[in-house]
Amino acid sequence: MKRVEGLSKLTGRELYVDDLPVEGCLWGATVRSPASRGRIRGIEFGDSVDWSEFTVVDHRDIPGSNSVFLIEEDQPVLAVDRVRHRHEPILLLAHPSRAALRRAVAAVEIDVEPEPPMLDFRRLPLPEQVQYGDDNVLKRLRIEKGDVERALTEAPHVIEGVYETGAQEHVYLETQGMLAWDDEGVITVTGSMQCPYYIVDAFEHALGRPTDSVRIIQAATGGGFGGKEEFPSGIALHAALLAMKAGRPVKLIYDRSEDMEVSTKRHPSRVRHRTGVDRDGRLLVQDIEVVLDGGAYVTLSPVVLSRSIIHAAGPYACDHVRIDGRAMFTNSPPFGAFRGFGAPQSQFACERHMDRIASEIGIDPIEIRRINLIGDGDATATGQVIRDGANRLEVMDRALEMSDFRQRTTAHTGFNQSEPTLRRGIGLATFFHGAGFTGAGEVFLDSEVHVAGLLDGRIEARTANVEMGQGTLTVFTQLVCERLRVPVEAVVISPVDTARVPNSGPTVASRTVMVVGSLLEAACDDLRSQVGLGPDADGGSLVRAIRDWHEAHPGQELVGRAKYRQPEHIEWDDETYRGDAYGAYAWGAYVADIEVDLRTFIVRVRDFVAVQEIGRVLHETLARGQIQGGVVQALGWALLEECKWADGAMENAQLTNYIIPTTVDVPPIRVDFLEAPYPHGAGGAKGIGELPFDGVAPAVANAIASALDVDPTFVPLTPERLMDLALHAPASGGGAP
Amino acid sequence: MTVYLPVDLDEALELRARHPTATPIAGGTDLGVHWPQRMAGGPGDWLDLSGVSELRTHTWTDDALVLGAGTTYWDVVRDPRIAAALPLLVRAAGLVGAVQIQARGTWGGNVVNASPAADGVPVLMAYDAVLESQSRDGSSLIPLSEFYLGYKRMRLGPGELVTGIHIPLRTYDFEWFEKVGSRSAQAITKVGVAVTRRAAEWRVVANSVAPTVCRCPAVESLLAEERPVSGPSDLAPALAADVSPIDDIRSTARYRAEVLARLLYWGLRDECPNFT
Amino acid sequence: MSGPGIEIRLTLNGESIRARVAQEDRLLDFLRYERGLTGTKEGCGEGECGACTVLLDGVPVNSCLIPAWQARDRSVETVESVPEDELAALLESGATQCGACTPGVVMTAWWVRRNRDLVDTHGLRELMAGNLCRCTGYDGIIEGLEAWLESAKSGGGESEGGA
Repeated sequence: MKRVEGLSKLTGRELYVDDLPVEGCLWGATVRSPASRGRIRGIEFGDSVDWSEFTVVDHRDIPGSNSVFLIEEDQPVLAVDRVRHRHEPILLLAHPSRAALRRAVAAVEIDVEPEPPMLDFRRLPLPEQVQYGDDNVLKRLRIEKGDVERALTEAPHVIEGVYETGAQEHVYLETQGMLAWDDEGVITVTGSMQCPYYIVDAFEHALGRPTDSVRIIQAATGGGFGGKEEFPSGIALHAALLAMKAGRPVKLIYDRSEDMEVSTKRHPSRVRHRTGVDRDGRLLVQDIEVVLDGGAYVTLSPVVLSRSIIHAAGPYACDHVRIDGRAMFTNSPPFGAFRGFGAPQSQFACERHMDRIASEIGIDPIEIRRINLIGDGDATATGQVIRDGANRLEVMDRALEMSDFRQRTTAHTGFNQSEPTLRRGIGLATFFHGAGFTGAGEVFLDSEVHVAGLLDGRIEARTANVEMGQGTLTVFTQLVCERLRVPVEAVVISPVDTARVPNSGPTVASRTVMVVGSLLEAACDDLRSQVGLGPDADGGSLVRAIRDWHEAHPGQELVGRAKYRQPEHIEWDDETYRGDAYGAYAWGAYVADIEVDLRTFIVRVRDFVAVQEIGRVLHETLARGQIQGGVVQALGWALLEECKWADGAMENAQLTNYIIPTTVDVPPIRVDFLEAPYPHGAGGAKGIGELPFDGVAPAVANAIASALDVDPTFVPLTPERLMDLALHAPASGGGAP
Repeated sequence: MTVYLPVDLDEALELRARHPTATPIAGGTDLGVHWPQRMAGGPGDWLDLSGVSELRTHTWTDDALVLGAGTTYWDVVRDPRIAAALPLLVRAAGLVGAVQIQARGTWGGNVVNASPAADGVPVLMAYDAVLESQSRDGSSLIPLSEFYLGYKRMRLGPGELVTGIHIPLRTYDFEWFEKVGSRSAQAITKVGVAVTRRAAEWRVVANSVAPTVCRCPAVESLLAEERPVSGPSDLAPALAADVSPIDDIRSTARYRAEVLARLLYWGLRDECPNFT
Repeated sequence: MSGPGIEIRLTLNGESIRARVAQEDRLLDFLRYERGLTGTKEGCGEGECGACTVLLDGVPVNSCLIPAWQARDRSVETVESVPEDELAALLESGATQCGACTPGVVMTAWWVRRNRDLVDTHGLRELMAGNLCRCTGYDGIIEGLEAWLESAKSGGGESEGGA
């Protein structure tokens, strides 16, 4: 099936929020804190501007609770008398002219009495830097299995390592934007988003409005990657507050620099491993510490930390595991959801560490994985017994075969000896990613999906899950067509408009196809049974039955429904953090073949092989597109994308200076899939949107380690940082000439 | 805000004389960046040279290629005669940004923008290019190597416009240009170097390692004198005399210095008998 | 618009028009907000991402870097001018996902399609390097362009010569 909205996008007809024409619309802008921390002493409106032309909103205009509703209520919609990070929103302005608005923002002076900020999440805060609880720890979590202390003392080898990863900016090609207006008492917002119902909740909380006086409509969304999961709630509120005060529609669109400076980024991390192995490389004990930088407000850090620690021990069997996780407060703009959601960080560390272990005890990096990869009946760190029919060794072997791993390793050794300025290396990473919300999360979401039979016999699927490029519209259409045996023309996916669709949960956590798709199937079944047909009914009969039903029930709606029910086998204890963390895991093995230029320390990725077991491939082109796109975005994180911090904010907030991959920076990404169907996923599918992120950086780092005989323990491996590492390598290392 | 739209060079020079504070703009690949923010800060006056077609022609004389200042990188990339006669021009042009930038960026604009990271200037300087500037009252020629006075300062009077770039047609024994950017395309240069040799006459021109694009006289002497060089570090003293890389948002002084030495060493090793 | 604006003539998507452009506007602003041609997108405002790519006198440029008055007496083509039946190969190959980079990609690809001799001197990835995409990882785009060029080879379509 071709991408349902593909032609609309290729012809430029697809309407994103900034494409929507609105009569009498004002532009909105935000005035922000110049300081990382302090007390707002005063606000001065400069003389060069005629302020009577402007709508001005501050915290006093917030009718409900001044907080952006998420997990805790610590993040204000607009700052009151203190600021906790640079660029924190303080005032909102609206005006018909965008140019006048720019000048006006520059004409507002925010005077902040500075206080000592905490900007390094790796250090313990000084007393005067404590701003959350009594130790700046936003969240603590622990996973424990077996007897770690005893196992450490008994292990023949104990290998330690510390690994760090930097922040990453999403760089969705369409920046953040919202358009808000008052539609006869219903505050309506349309814009770029992943989670319309998160915004509904935020509006209920901050505007004190019942949900039926709020309407959120997703516009075409030009990329999200998690960056439009929680962050849009704030902008939507800003646009709405301005629209309410101005009495006119307000469009609030961030330009690229503002977007990069103020929006969420991937949590920076520092992960410490202490691993006990026997002489053959079998994992005996894993003692892991995961520390994340959460920034100045709690936002989603507890959940990112959760996923990070659950994945921190890797896809391996080990009886004694302890994973201690901490998300730290700092005076940085809050870090947030980004594809992978903590797992890429902790699995970078784990996979780099596996190669380090292999190297230290003198075994092959393939062997150490062969010995330790979870087998059928083995348990994860949380004690989840894996019996899903997937063959993880087969996934690895397929990647090794496609990448010609052994032959290339030998060839590279020869090459490296004869080439004066180039070094080649090949690296492997094996990893996993749980799909859906953790533990009881899906139960908490309580998702609901509707499939309606329309008057003319067509089928309308209604979910709150958005298309943001990953193929939701197409896969949902396909699932409905297959379930009900109707042609494509008979199916329409409802616009994601909270006035029309039920809350099927957010478009995150790789859950859209697996969880929501499966609910769609169930709702289709319900629709069919409501018109008295069974699963073997053909499409034509269904269409006729729907029309007949409407004739017999004039003025009524025919809606098939399904609500989430947790599969019986899932058991999770939130107190002890033990049990079945996810209904399903996808399993991956990636191989990176790289070449380093010793003149410039630029890493060229010559070849990249991405093999994964994903339940079932529902749509080859879309699935491959997710993997290829995820791999390239992760290659950016691994090699090119460095957030440069100055005074607590991103200094290089331009695409000239924040470097993402172009066509010539990456090779073709070679993809293969294995299938071990997950019975509770739509069509047997597991979620795959985030999986690719977990395997790329470590495969690349392992390849670089092999090429240069160095030990990279951080990401990004920019040329500057790689040069420093190579030229200061210990004497035993080969390094560079 | 006043925008002047001359239709020919005479009119452009007349406007330039009468309104010396109007900013000349051609391809706009630098001045156009964040244009709305620039406008909000104070729009200023503009002298649009994009309509002056005389600036976009290039002509061949017996001993030089004269590039009109409005010639784009893409014009050069697509010209096989230039590729044959002056290959470094085509190489440098092809490494600028990507097609969309090459189609608009002009050689003259690159010269007068005076960025220390300018992409076209090193190869022009390695070819001993001479700039022709004109004003309402006359014209003058100045070697590009003498054009820059310091960071973003150049020998160009208020009523003047650079109108042409004269590049001598010579046979070189060695020609080489290397650019190290933040990625393989669409990249600002972190460190770059252009080298030419005719007999014992060396030109070594570096960008992004000093306040201006500059010749490296100490390195040129070392090469002309054929002093022994056994590795990149042997070039360090000469480079330290010639360039002064800094830490900035794109890269570090340490990286730039080290990479420049390595580029030169490996780039010249096969060419120079004194390199081992 | 504030101020008198500048009256210009240009050819826009094949049609000869006169328009009054605001002095502060970029070609991008003129196309999107004055002409309602919202197919061309703004991704960065710096000439880095290529989402704003249009063809100016037949050659791809970043419309975010061009003051609107520089379009006078020129030909401008936007994504709205690309015949729909040309887009099949890109649709099949997964060249578009979120769609934000897509119009820019289409314009550069359309230029390559109409100037086939470019592939004699340039690789496809090199020609597309000024169009950033965050979703596809580029394979879908390059494969789509390859297929487009293949189908054009057999099905006709003239080269306008390297522009």
